[in-house]
Amino acid sequence: MALEYELLNENVKKCQYAVRGELYLRASELQKEGKKIIFTNVGNPHALGQKPLTFPRQVVALCQAPFLLDDPNVGMLFPADAIARAKHYLSLTSGGLGAYSDSRGLPGVRKEVAEFIQRRDGYPSDPELIFLTDGASKGVMQILNCVIRGEGDGILVPVPQYPLYSATISLLGGSLVPYYLDESENWGLDVNNLRQSVAQARSQGISVRAMVIINPGNPTGQCLSEANLKEILRFCYNEKLVLLGDEVYQQNIYQDERPFISSKKVLMEMGSPFNKEVQLVSFHTVSKGYWGECGQRGGYFEMTNIPPRVVEEIYKVASIALSPNVSAQIFMGLMVSPPKPGDISYDQFARESKGILESLRRRAKIMTDGFNSCKNVVCNFTEGAMYSFPQIRLPTGALQAAKQAGKVPDVFYCLKLLEATGISTVPGSGFGQKEGVFHLRTTILPAEEEMPEIMDSFKKFNDEFMTQYDNGFGYSRM
Amino acid sequence: MRRFVISQAKNLIDQTRRRRPLPNHKSLRLRLLSLAAAPDSAPVLSSPRLFSSSSDMSGSDSSSSSLPVTLDSLNPKVLKCEYAVRGEIVNIAQRLQEDLKINKDAYPFDEIIYCNIGNPQSLGQQPITFFREVLALCSHTALLDESATHGLFSSDSIDRAWKILDQIPGKATGAYSHSQGIKGLRDAIAAGIEARDGFPADPNDIFMTDGASPGVHMMMQLLISSEKDGILCPIPQYPLYSASIALHGGSLVPYYLDEASGWGLEISELKKQLEEARSKGITVRALAVINPGNPTGQVLAEENQREIVDFCKQERLVLLADEVYQENVYVPDKKFHSFKKVARSMGYGEKDICLVSFQSISKGYYGECGKRGGYMEVTGFTSDVREQIYKLASVNLCSNISGQILASLVMSPPKPGDDSYDSYIAEKEGILSSLAKRAKTLEEALNKLEGVTCNRAEGAMYLFPCINLPQKAIAAAEAAKTAPDAFYCKRLLNATGIVVVPGSGFRQVPGTWHFRCTILPQEDKIPAIVNRLTEFHKSFMDEFRD
Repeated sequence: MALEYELLNENVKKCQYAVRGELYLRASELQKEGKKIIFTNVGNPHALGQKPLTFPRQVVALCQAPFLLDDPNVGMLFPADAIARAKHYLSLTSGGLGAYSDSRGLPGVRKEVAEFIQRRDGYPSDPELIFLTDGASKGVMQILNCVIRGEGDGILVPVPQYPLYSATISLLGGSLVPYYLDESENWGLDVNNLRQSVAQARSQGISVRAMVIINPGNPTGQCLSEANLKEILRFCYNEKLVLLGDEVYQQNIYQDERPFISSKKVLMEMGSPFNKEVQLVSFHTVSKGYWGECGQRGGYFEMTNIPPRVVEEIYKVASIALSPNVSAQIFMGLMVSPPKPGDISYDQFARESKGILESLRRRAKIMTDGFNSCKNVVCNFTEGAMYSFPQIRLPTGALQAAKQAGKVPDVFYCLKLLEATGISTVPGSGFGQKEGVFHLRTTILPAEEEMPEIMDSFKKFNDEFMTQYDNGFGYSRM
Repeated sequence: MRRFVISQAKNLIDQTRRRRPLPNHKSLRLRLLSLAAAPDSAPVLSSPRLFSSSSDMSGSDSSSSSLPVTLDSLNPKVLKCEYAVRGEIVNIAQRLQEDLKINKDAYPFDEIIYCNIGNPQSLGQQPITFFREVLALCSHTALLDESATHGLFSSDSIDRAWKILDQIPGKATGAYSHSQGIKGLRDAIAAGIEARDGFPADPNDIFMTDGASPGVHMMMQLLISSEKDGILCPIPQYPLYSASIALHGGSLVPYYLDEASGWGLEISELKKQLEEARSKGITVRALAVINPGNPTGQVLAEENQREIVDFCKQERLVLLADEVYQENVYVPDKKFHSFKKVARSMGYGEKDICLVSFQSISKGYYGECGKRGGYMEVTGFTSDVREQIYKLASVNLCSNISGQILASLVMSPPKPGDDSYDSYIAEKEGILSSLAKRAKTLEEALNKLEGVTCNRAEGAMYLFPCINLPQKAIAAAEAAKTAPDAFYCKRLLNATGIVVVPGSGFRQVPGTWHFRCTILPQEDKIPAIVNRLTEFHKSFMDEFRD
């Protein structure tokens, strides 16, 4: 055999991505066998019935088939503002959706992104420092690829984290330096934990280069306060870390105490010397929010205080992949400059958007409450993002059974849950958690009408599981 | 060339730093520009878009700064890799294009013609109507419920859209799909492969990607653990391979195509390079073959392909078959055969050879570069290796759905009897015959130039002429601290507005000089291109003839 498993790049073998790992594969198998599966393993709103927003789909359909714009009857199928917008985006391309764009993305769209950022934050944004990518994940990989030289380079990553970070650091041969979020403080971030983690890493000879924050958090959902962000930025300044701000869930906020505030805005507000010296890369996407256009693969990153020659190198690497897909770039343009009051499509757009966001808010609450009403389950409220991350206190009997089955306890629990109810979740071990503490991640995305049934189904399974494995010898740590 | 410019810049910084504190940011930019611009006619622009414009937002350029991310602390593999197709000469062209808008009279041409990149639709090629109809309907599925739609779309495009949507869970084109791509679409692709080759294809062997390039990256990632791992690559090659190998920290093991025999691939050359690499302690893991070739355009003879398959089998190499130009064959005496077909017709099955075939929607007659669609068909790997490929694919979740749909359409286009068949065939044949014509016209024109020989473009989208540069020109290039072919190309750009890529971007036999020019400008532009090129070449030779 030319290529044996043993000969593969070790970094590939080491990397793990639980979101589409063991549980998902098992769920897919069961689905093929005819079992009804509710996939709550990935933030994939349209797969669970959320409808795409009408206006962007109209615009992109016209861009896909520009000959429609020449047809006198096009007005029967498309509103005038969609038609105008399609013409606008086509004019920004050099040959329509089928031509490679600038490797950084269409200049016209990047300009719209910059304008959006400026409106959002109140500080100027430079389109030259904004790169569009095939999904935010690609952007994260590109930036980490620049920063990580070898295993001597460490990246601070929250635990629990979205495993894109651990997988990518693994693939690139770097070191993941964990900092633990505090479950008892609503997954809060304590700067002392950060300091400890950095100190420990450095004592092991690791050069800590960057810090990742996910705000709102995934899987944890917490929204960082302005004070928290200031602390983090100050920390990065002092420790000379580039901050990677994963802000893909910025439109998914389900409480009013802590609205979204971008890392860039806080940085700019801190003034000198921070605003000119702290290096920051911020990520956003069309996959989340109320758009949920995961399948388009559209994202961007904005760089702050990154030296021009480094920007050049990042551009160079982007050019090897030629260009991000143009349809998604148009989705991005539409997302950052949606219909305005007075536009023909505004009312429908506003209604659709509001409907989705309000429903998500309700579902966040339904799920949290549902989990909290279960035996041995404690769940922090989903302040933002798209997930619920309940802690399951597993009885010793379950831990033993898991061990016998050769499975990590939360994997064991989730597999049982899947087989009993068809609910496909991701075990907490896929995101990282404190030793001996177990969680699972589910999305809040199933249709609102189906939520009560899903929570009942979970509760029933959980009660039975606890009864089955409760041999009176105690529980996993809370 | 970009690397060259940057290293010059670094020298400048080092020099100035020795004399006084860090140079002014602006003056550094201008000095870099003067290195990059052609030595004679082009004006040096004062507000380059090459670097970030807002110095408030951008960080200091100094390498002694305490910022965590500077050029000095960047991943060296990133610094090492290069990609000339969108490199230095394109940056110069873009600046010229900007300047043209305001200084029309400063130039002997009134537009920049980008012949550097295989990007057909940016040069006027039209997409295939049927494909775009289906895509539009899948983009906005509400259209399928409207009666007015029947007046605007062909009936078979409506049928196909329904068929595709039925294969997508919930008809949700905005959802992440299976990480290998939507199953129903992979079924269509597998059927298309089988129809093409006469041998079965398994949809589970197919991994759909955002263009073919990410697939190549995945394989390099899998195969390369260190610089001790080598990948045999054709010289000249499409620089995705050299860049990808550099990014993943491996070693490129070159094998030279023979220009004198129409860019032939000799097994003896493969053997020689393999032995040499092994003697240096390199473990050669795979052989990359681009067929039809890029930049060279040759279509391999079937006999040649059989030798290559045997070679890979004997030497236990993974065969990476870049077949993205499979629909671009312009000569009657050659035909595309997929490596899978060749291997299977030799009686080799899954146990005999590890083969990865790459296909893309960017080329052919469809030219859908901006949609980013493609796939790799992976055969001959054990299941534990395939799991790793799957795992890599899953970290990015999935490729874009619109590109997936297009890939399935490309591999299963309208058939005789379908409503759109006639118009589809007319469009397809129109494009392909025009490409063949342009290939021939440009090849003939190039062969007429003094000191230039150009192999015919049997396939793909490029011409790769060899220029016998006079000594005087080589000396002038050296004085300008530019590679001779880049010197020629920059002069060409400044005189004519035509953008081509210097051969050094693709590598070539040392001491030979080439450039790669696409055959993609529309037919009506070709005469003007030929004239300008011919005139320029004559004046260049007049200036530098020995």
